[in-house]
Amino acid sequence: MIEVRLFATFREGREKIIFVDYMPGMTGYDIIEPLGIKEEEIAIFLINGRHSKAGAVLNDGSVLALFPPVGGG
Amino acid sequence: MVTSYNGEVLRVNLTERIINTEPLDMEKAVKYIGGRGLGTRMLLDEGCATVEPLSPENKLIYITGPMTGTAVPTGGRYMVVTKSPLTGMIACSNSGGVWGAMLKYAGWDAIVVEGKADAPVYLEINDHEVTLHDASDLWGKKSLETESILKERHTGYSVLNIGPAGENQALLAAIMNDGDRAAGRSGVGAVMGSKNLKAIVVKASKTQIDPHDADALRTAAVDCIKKLRANGVTGEGLPTFGTAVLVNIINNIGAMPTKNWQESYYPEADSFSGETMKDTSLVKNHACHRCPIGCGRVVKLQDGNVVGGPEYEPLWAYGANCGNSDLDSINKANEVCNEMGLDAISTPCTIAAAMELYEKGLITDEDCHGVPLKWGSKEAIVTWTEWMGLGSNPLAKLMADGSYRLCEHYGVPELSMSVKKQEIPAYDARAIQGIGITYATSNRGGCHVRGYMISPEVLGLPEQLDRETVEGKAQWAKIFQDLTSVIDSMGMCLFSSFALGAPEYAALLNAGTGTNYDVNGLLEVGDRIYNLERMFNKAAGMKPEDDRLPKRIAEDEIVNGPSKGMSSKIKLTLPQYYEARGWKDAFPTEETLKRLGLEDLI
Repeated sequence: MIEVRLFATFREGREKIIFVDYMPGMTGYDIIEPLGIKEEEIAIFLINGRHSKAGAVLNDGSVLALFPPVGGG
Repeated sequence: MVTSYNGEVLRVNLTERIINTEPLDMEKAVKYIGGRGLGTRMLLDEGCATVEPLSPENKLIYITGPMTGTAVPTGGRYMVVTKSPLTGMIACSNSGGVWGAMLKYAGWDAIVVEGKADAPVYLEINDHEVTLHDASDLWGKKSLETESILKERHTGYSVLNIGPAGENQALLAAIMNDGDRAAGRSGVGAVMGSKNLKAIVVKASKTQIDPHDADALRTAAVDCIKKLRANGVTGEGLPTFGTAVLVNIINNIGAMPTKNWQESYYPEADSFSGETMKDTSLVKNHACHRCPIGCGRVVKLQDGNVVGGPEYEPLWAYGANCGNSDLDSINKANEVCNEMGLDAISTPCTIAAAMELYEKGLITDEDCHGVPLKWGSKEAIVTWTEWMGLGSNPLAKLMADGSYRLCEHYGVPELSMSVKKQEIPAYDARAIQGIGITYATSNRGGCHVRGYMISPEVLGLPEQLDRETVEGKAQWAKIFQDLTSVIDSMGMCLFSSFALGAPEYAALLNAGTGTNYDVNGLLEVGDRIYNLERMFNKAAGMKPEDDRLPKRIAEDEIVNGPSKGMSSKIKLTLPQYYEARGWKDAFPTEETLKRLGLEDLI
C-alpha cells in the first residue's frame, strides 16, 4: 500500500490522504496521473520525508507528500 | 545627489526632554544603506556596545531604509536597533504595517531615543512637529487598547507601542505597531519600557518619497511586482495559506521540533496547519504597506473574537513544541502575545522549556498556581502567556526573561533551546544542515531570518540543495546572510526574496538612491553589515563559544519520524563558515575588516 498525502491547493477537490495499492515497479507517475496532478505543478515531492521526483520507483509502504509552490516563515 | 532618504534624524532625549533634528550622515548611509546596517553603525558610534541594555545609557533607534515609503513592493519596513537585554549583543528587530512608511513620509529617516523619562510618556510626531505627552493614563494598558485610545485621541495617526510586558521590562517583550505587527525579537520592548516610553504616534502630510531616478525605480518596481505575482510562493502559496503552510512541509520531512525538541515529528501537526486554518478559522488576509503578497492572517476565535492570526513559528511553538494540537488555543495564545507585547516565538518556546522542567519534576505544582505546565494543556499555553506578560507570579516573571534564564535557574541551562540566550525557531537543524550554521552564527542569537536556508534546503528556491549534506553549505549560508543584511537595510520584506534576487535588489537600490552596485558590490555591502554586527558583539563581550548550538541539537540524534537518526554536522561546518567569512575564532581578521572598509574597527 502507498500512502499519498496531499497539501495546500492539491487538496481542492481531492482527499487529504489517499491510499493506493502497491504494484512492483510503479513510480510517482502512477500516483499523480490518476489524481490529475501534473509533474510541473509539484514544487516538493517527498518520498518518506526525502526530496524526490515523480519518476522515482516506489516501494510497498512508501509515504508520498506532494506540495505545490508554497512559502516560508 | 543621493535620494530616497529624507536626510533627517530625530533625536529625543527623554531625561532632559529635549527634541533635536540632526542631518543624516549620508556617507554612512551610502556605506550601510539604512535600516539594519545603518542603524547598527549609528548604535556602535553612539557608544552603546558596552552599556547596560536596560540603563538610560542604552539608545533605541527606530530606522527606515531607502526603499521604505517608495513605490517598491514590500517597501514599508522599519527596524528597531538597540543593545539587547536578552542576548547582551546587537538587537535588530523589524516590522511591517504602515508605521515605518508613515515615519518616512513625516520627513524622518530615523529616531534616536536616549535617556529615560522620569514618568511614562509618549511621543507624537506630526511631520516636523514633535511633542512629548504624559502617558500615565496609558501605563498598564494592553497593546491593542493603547492603540485604540491613541487613535481616538490622534486622528489619522499610526501607533507603535509596548504592552505590559515591555513596561515590566520582560526580556521577551516586543514592540507592537498597527495592531498585530511586531518588532518581536531580542527584547526591544523591554528597552522601550526601561525608558518609560509607552508609544510613538506618527502622522504625515506627505504620501511619497522622491527617488534618485523616478522612471528607473518605477520600471524596476513594476518588474518586481510582476515577478512576485508570477512566483508560486509569493503569488499563490503565501497569500492563500500564509506562512502557516510550512507546518505540513516541515513536519513531513521530520524537522518539526516537538516537546521542546525532544522529538522531531508531530503526527497531529495538520490540525494546526495553514490548510486547516484556512478551512476553519481564517477570516481574511492582511497586507502591510505596499505589499502585493499579503501573508498576514486574520482569524476568528471560537469565542467569536476576530484577531490577528499566528505565523508558522507560533503555530509550531504553541503547537508541536508544547505537545498541543488545538488550533483555537494557539490562535488565542498568539493574540495574548500581541496584547501583552511579547515575542511570539520566544514566549511559547519558553513555555515549552517550562513544560519539560515540569515533566522532569523541577517545576512543581506549587509553582504553577493552579495551571500545571503539562504537555498539550490548552489552558496552560494561554494562561501562562498572559501571566508572563503581566509578571503575575515569580515563575511567570522568570519565564518572561526567556528559556535560558529559566533553565539556568533550575540548574539545567542545556534544556534551553537557544543560541546566545535567544530561542531558536521552528526547524530542526539536525535534519537541515545549512540552517544550523545560520542559527549558530546569527548575530542576534537564535533566529531563522538571518539566513533562511530553508529556502534552498527545503523549498528548492532558488535551487534545491540536499538538506542532509554539508558540501557548500557554509558558502550558501554566508551569501544568504549577506543578501538578507541588504534586504533588511533597504526597508523591504525578506519574503520578497522568494521571487527576487540580488540583481533585482541592486536595480531597485541604484534607481532609488543613485548608487551603482552590481551583484557582487551589493553582496559586499551585506558582508560589511554582517561583519559590523559581529564587531558590535565583540565589543559587547561576545566570546567564540557563543556561536554554539544547544547540546540537544549539537550532540543528540533525532529520535523519531522521517529524519530519525540524523545529527548535526555543525562541528564540521562552523570552521568552513569562518573560513568563508574570513574570520578567525568567530571574529573578522584585520584583513577582512580592511577589505570591507571597516578598518576603523580594528
